Amino acid sequence: MANWLRISSRTVANHIKKRMNKGFMGDAVHVNHSSGLWWGLNRGGPVSDRNRRHMDPLAWNRATLLCVQRFKSTLAEKQHDSFLSSDSDDDNQSVDFPGGKVSYTSEMSFISESSQTRVPCYRVLDDDGDLISDCDFQQVSKEVAVKIYSNMVTLQIMDNIFYEAQRQGRISFYLTSAGEEAISIASAAALTEQDIILPQYREPGVLLWRGFTLQEFADQCFGNKADYGKGRQMPIHYGSKKHNFFTISSPIATQLPQAAGIAYSLKMDNKKACVVSYIGDGGTSEGDFHAGLNFAAVMEAPVVFFCRNNGWAISTNVSEQFRSDGIVVKGRAYGIRSIRVDGNDAVAVYSAVSAAREMAINEQRPILIEALTYRVGHHSTSDDSTKYRQLDEIVYWKKARNPVNRFRNWVQNIGWWSEQEETQLRNSVRKQLLEAIQVAEKTEKPPLSELFTDVYDHPPSNLEEQEKHLRETVTRHPKDYPSDISV
Amino acid sequence: MGLRNIIGKGLGLGLVRRRKPFSTATCDGDGNGNAKSINLYSAINQALHIALETDNRAFVFGEDVSFGGVFRCTSGLADRFGKARVFNTPLCEQGIVGFGIGLAAMGNRAIAEIQFADYIYPAFDQIVNEAAKFRYRSGNQFNCGGLTIRAPYGAVGHGGHYHSQSPEAFFCHVPGIKVVIPRSPRQAKGLLLSCIRDPNPVVFFEPKWLYRLAVEEVPEDDYMLPLSEAEVIRQGSDITLVGWGAQLSVMEQACNEAENDGISCELIDLKTLLPWDKETVEASVRKTGRVLISHEAPVTGGFGAEISASIVERCFLRVLIPFSVFCLCIITVKLSNYYLLFPLGQNLRSFIGTSNHIFTPLKSQTCLPSPIPSTPPPQNH
Repeated sequence: MANWLRISSRTVANHIKKRMNKGFMGDAVHVNHSSGLWWGLNRGGPVSDRNRRHMDPLAWNRATLLCVQRFKSTLAEKQHDSFLSSDSDDDNQSVDFPGGKVSYTSEMSFISESSQTRVPCYRVLDDDGDLISDCDFQQVSKEVAVKIYSNMVTLQIMDNIFYEAQRQGRISFYLTSAGEEAISIASAAALTEQDIILPQYREPGVLLWRGFTLQEFADQCFGNKADYGKGRQMPIHYGSKKHNFFTISSPIATQLPQAAGIAYSLKMDNKKACVVSYIGDGGTSEGDFHAGLNFAAVMEAPVVFFCRNNGWAISTNVSEQFRSDGIVVKGRAYGIRSIRVDGNDAVAVYSAVSAAREMAINEQRPILIEALTYRVGHHSTSDDSTKYRQLDEIVYWKKARNPVNRFRNWVQNIGWWSEQEETQLRNSVRKQLLEAIQVAEKTEKPPLSELFTDVYDHPPSNLEEQEKHLRETVTRHPKDYPSDISV
Repeated sequence: MGLRNIIGKGLGLGLVRRRKPFSTATCDGDGNGNAKSINLYSAINQALHIALETDNRAFVFGEDVSFGGVFRCTSGLADRFGKARVFNTPLCEQGIVGFGIGLAAMGNRAIAEIQFADYIYPAFDQIVNEAAKFRYRSGNQFNCGGLTIRAPYGAVGHGGHYHSQSPEAFFCHVPGIKVVIPRSPRQAKGLLLSCIRDPNPVVFFEPKWLYRLAVEEVPEDDYMLPLSEAEVIRQGSDITLVGWGAQLSVMEQACNEAENDGISCELIDLKTLLPWDKETVEASVRKTGRVLISHEAPVTGGFGAEISASIVERCFLRVLIPFSVFCLCIITVKLSNYYLLFPLGQNLRSFIGTSNHIFTPLKSQTCLPSPIPSTPPPQNH
């Protein structure tokens, strides 16, 4: 961005100007030995060491296995890798460029825009919920498996009831997780409570896993006095300090650079924890996606970027969103290790997130996970998705690829779950939810004064003035204002 | 014009001119510590040293800050406090602010540098939708109050379109952040330390014209100046002038010229633009009955309009002919005819930085009969 202008600024010290010019005038080959400026860009240590680490066999064997599978797929990938593997070139054949040695070649070869086959998708359970033989996965205990399943069912029921409540006009808005239940719940199961969540908005399953109660969900959706957000945001914008779940904000992808900053703080405090930041396929087109991944990579911050690729950003299909093979391939451009996983396979999600978390914390680096899934519901209650996609497609994903049914088959086949438990659970959750809604509906709304608190740590005089003015107006024209808000 | 000569010589050669452009009536520091004559960027540098020294959870980061920054404001910090706390970031403003929000949300003091205020716009979403609303949207469960965004602003003379802007008005429309602009080295140090330690996100615009030009005695110790408190830096009775940052030096020059013509000027430094100190301005306007507001930024939708609207609301009856008495002499760096004449903007400052721009309307305003009525007007209007 306007580097030449910045350099030419007469207020910039002269010696810096000289350095910058040297770097930009093609003299860069020698610069990394002579100029402190370039070294400043590589805070992690000598350039060559950093690069070599990327080329070393990966410490984590499961990830290695997956990478090997991926590399052998196409000619283009081989070319790409031979381009990167320049370790054996002698010095005369390479340029010692800032960032590491680059070998020369006489062949004019463009890196292919894509590989011939798409990056494969890691899964553990087949469509019927049977374990695939010789599969590499993280063992799931009975306790965890039953909790994952119970949470998935709870989320389904919660979605149905809140969706209906919105249709009845009792809440203003709702957004379901239908079709993506495995992602939020199984990923949460692979984390500890100390891992910090920066959500997008379709991950209430993480909160459910961490013990956010049905009453707490209902209070937020009804925006009553008990809502931690004091009724300020639309329904589903949950946040809970005690569950290390940052408050959801509507803008897309803004949480990603913040995740890098939070993770850097964990790193500085030597915490054995990471940040997990969720995003959808549409969000990867935002500038903040780039900023977040690049910052996390450069700062060597322990972030697991979890992309729910559900095929649709409201009505925009992924084919209108990007030309890459999804999201998984973008990791490499940032120097971030990545995996594609079946988002409708709870065991695969659980395994991939366990491994990602371990690498992120032990190696202090970001990891990118792309989960392939499908948004079975509408984008939100403000949307009718049958206007832009085929009903057959929705039904196929709802029936044949249902993540909850698949996981149920697995736990039931092992003998960890029964028909009787299923009925009991569904009845009990439904009852609890209906009660929670009744309570939430009866709980009074936050008082008018809460409109002005928390803008700053203390309300400044201009806000006090505005509050006073509003109170006077409400007192003068009470009929213009809701009666259930205390002035 | 004396001032123009000083500017030309001072900046053209990159030399520090030893001058005291402001007659600050009040003592800014505690007055006990040693004070040395330093320029504005050195004062910023001192503040950053103190901020990092006094809080081990403070971090300084941004483009090129590690080696000292393009304006040298961060010199010596990385050597002193290590590259984990003072570091370069990728060239990405939304990333810098987003990263800073995350860092601040974990209880750290995140001091982010945007290299030029002209490049703050990619971070606009992070500032407006994220930093400003972080506390409010969470019901005070989370906050990023430890975030301070520093950015050099304003015209110097050779910066053209993209190294000259004064974007403060955009940010003054955003509840949840504070906007602060210092006028001098002593102010810069005390206000910056207050911003860094304030429990709210702050955008701190530094007048880059004064980085080297403005020199004054600055206490070496750790001191803070209050936010949201304007200061009457020159007492007068005929007209109130309101400004902030670098523009105050131009306004002070105009006050001196007016003084020679027998006009007594009261000059107010707003210092904090959001939330701003209406009371100090109101009290002064009630006294003088005339007001003139001046800023570098474009006139339309500028912060001067906010001030004038508030004055109309609060002191309508204290001024004789309100709409002619309000002389908003707003100076812009973006008048297109300047660029037609000087496509590179090389001599921009010499056009905008003349006190005659202020002096002429000041003169015409004070030629009007005294606006103070002989009997006090009713208080409730």
